Amino acid sequence: MTNSVITGIVATFDRDNIDTDQIIPTEYLKSIKKFGFGDFLFDGWRYLDEGRLDMTSEDRSKNHDFILNKEPFTNAEILLARDNFGCGSSREHAVWALRDFGFKAVIASSFGDIFYNNCFKNSVLPIKLSKEEINHLFKISNSSSVNFQIDLQRKDLKFGDDSSYSFDVKDSLLDRIINNLDDVDITLRHKSDIEIFEQARRNQRPWLFDYTS
Amino acid sequence: MPVTLYDKLWDEHLVETDDTNESLIYIDRHYLHEVTSPQAFEGLRHKQLKPWRLDANVATPDHNVPTDRGDSFNAASIEDEVAKIQVLELDKNCNNFGIHQFDITSNKQGIVHVMGPELGYTLPGMTIVCGDSHTSTHGAFGCLAMGIGTSEVEHVLATQCLKITKLKNMLINFNGHPQRGVTSKDIVLHLIKLIGTAGGTGHAIEFSGSYISSASMESRMTICNMAIEAGAKVGLAGVDETTLGYVKKHSNLSDSMFSKASEYWQTLKSDPDANFDQTINIDVSKIKPQVTWGTSPEMTIDFDADIPSQEDINEANHENLLLAKSYMGLDDSKTLQDLSFDRIFIGSCTNSRIEDLRDAASAVKGKKISKDITEAIVVPGSGMVKAQAEEEGLDKIFLDAGFLWRDPGCSMCLGMNPDQLKPYERCASTSNRNFEGRQGNLGRTHLMSPLMAALTAVNGKITDPS
Repeated sequence: MTNSVITGIVATFDRDNIDTDQIIPTEYLKSIKKFGFGDFLFDGWRYLDEGRLDMTSEDRSKNHDFILNKEPFTNAEILLARDNFGCGSSREHAVWALRDFGFKAVIASSFGDIFYNNCFKNSVLPIKLSKEEINHLFKISNSSSVNFQIDLQRKDLKFGDDSSYSFDVKDSLLDRIINNLDDVDITLRHKSDIEIFEQARRNQRPWLFDYTS
Repeated sequence: MPVTLYDKLWDEHLVETDDTNESLIYIDRHYLHEVTSPQAFEGLRHKQLKPWRLDANVATPDHNVPTDRGDSFNAASIEDEVAKIQVLELDKNCNNFGIHQFDITSNKQGIVHVMGPELGYTLPGMTIVCGDSHTSTHGAFGCLAMGIGTSEVEHVLATQCLKITKLKNMLINFNGHPQRGVTSKDIVLHLIKLIGTAGGTGHAIEFSGSYISSASMESRMTICNMAIEAGAKVGLAGVDETTLGYVKKHSNLSDSMFSKASEYWQTLKSDPDANFDQTINIDVSKIKPQVTWGTSPEMTIDFDADIPSQEDINEANHENLLLAKSYMGLDDSKTLQDLSFDRIFIGSCTNSRIEDLRDAASAVKGKKISKDITEAIVVPGSGMVKAQAEEEGLDKIFLDAGFLWRDPGCSMCLGMNPDQLKPYERCASTSNRNFEGRQGNLGRTHLMSPLMAALTAVNGKITDPS
């Protein structure tokens, strides 16, 4: 299965430094599962009450001013934010929550490094654009609901009939999303290289392999 | 060509680079905890894989564990059912896969970034990863250490490697002597204020200069710990006599192995004239005690400065500042001294080491916490720190002053255990993140040094620590 085009409704979050604690609060990190986090996405902003892992969106008192509680954004697939999106904690649960809600792409002027890496492991595409481009996208998205179309092969983002921005992303990372690749499988193709490296290290730096506490 | 410390460590651990410029980096040490590992172990089981090298891994539960455990506590004693399942899951995974764990009953259990170095699991020159962004802490030992996501935890377990691209190099020179009452925490908060929480994004930050040379390992760890709050997933400092002295004391290496290793470890510093993509020089003697006012670590001011007002708010940061002021309940407050505090938290992987507890104890000795403070807790970073503090009588000083003296864990730094703020409570905290809801739903966090937090406990307000 390949995922090469993303088309969807854009939800805007007009602030910098949206940290992973906002994307999913700590309470939900107690889950030992890898799925089922969509109802807790942006929990502190999305609900008026405090939630627990065994609750669903239906059980909660919603903040109706929050964008993801308004139509048509309950079906948003593309998130537009400002600077340093996904900073803070390394929790991959943040990406799992975005993915489980239905987000396929996040557009921002910069991202937290760890969050950015985590995205590609979970088929969520982070797109970096300049601040000017982000400003323009906010202008056209704030007034009404819009759809963007993202072509992963061509690396461009269409936001109007004739308007588009191209974006830069490493092909190898993009490839993981397009072809649903798993890093462990890819790396284990180099098993013997790792074994040879490790043996050399064992000889050269023996204290690293000699430790008992 | 002169080489930076980060580049030396990178080259030392480089297995191979592919044609897309992604590299396999060999990982020497992998720390695990209960929160970001279950899905990684599940992935191994699903793929029918075993950990590549068992002795590279060390585990401990720290994030969600209660801190009022007392004697004869075990995982089954945890009241929060979901937290209990997670701790038991770590027990199960470590037992099934054969990974060494300091479990909840161990007297060495602690916050993984406090426990690791003091048990000698962190050695200079290592690559170190953990599913926790504060893994940068270990960079204080001349290590290439960084936080990773759970997919990468699985990848490291399965392959002993991380697949990453190289970071840029940034150098921060901290020179000079700090003023009285100014600690490593103030210095790193000042840096974050200066360069912002995205200032170090895409970079490894090396900390150097005369202040770092004279700083203890504990202080260096505090600074490297918060590199991630400046956007850098890697923070590090060169190896010197202070590093070697600490490692000699804390590792179990034989004398002959230690001296063999030391020869190599002493090369772990940036070469003179090594090229950095960015260099920033900071005179630490000009830094005042720092306290955060807002909901991002960059929202930091001198403890006696004015909180940004309407006039300071320009168009670019308008929305962020207004949201932060409103969340923090600061609409009518001009300075931090105007604020009344409810709670005090001394702990976290940033500030729960013995030096931090000594600092805090010095400010409360013979005093009582203010009647306005509803709860003040001290959470030592590890079983070893707790035992050392008790040997020095620090526990008595805190208890006499009205603090609660707890068992090791991450505690109120992230409020994943029962230690949480109630809505609108204001907390003086020695932790690392003042994000909305971080310490409890609608809680208000002000980050500061252990000394400042202890003084705030006594006075109920921010006061001058000099």
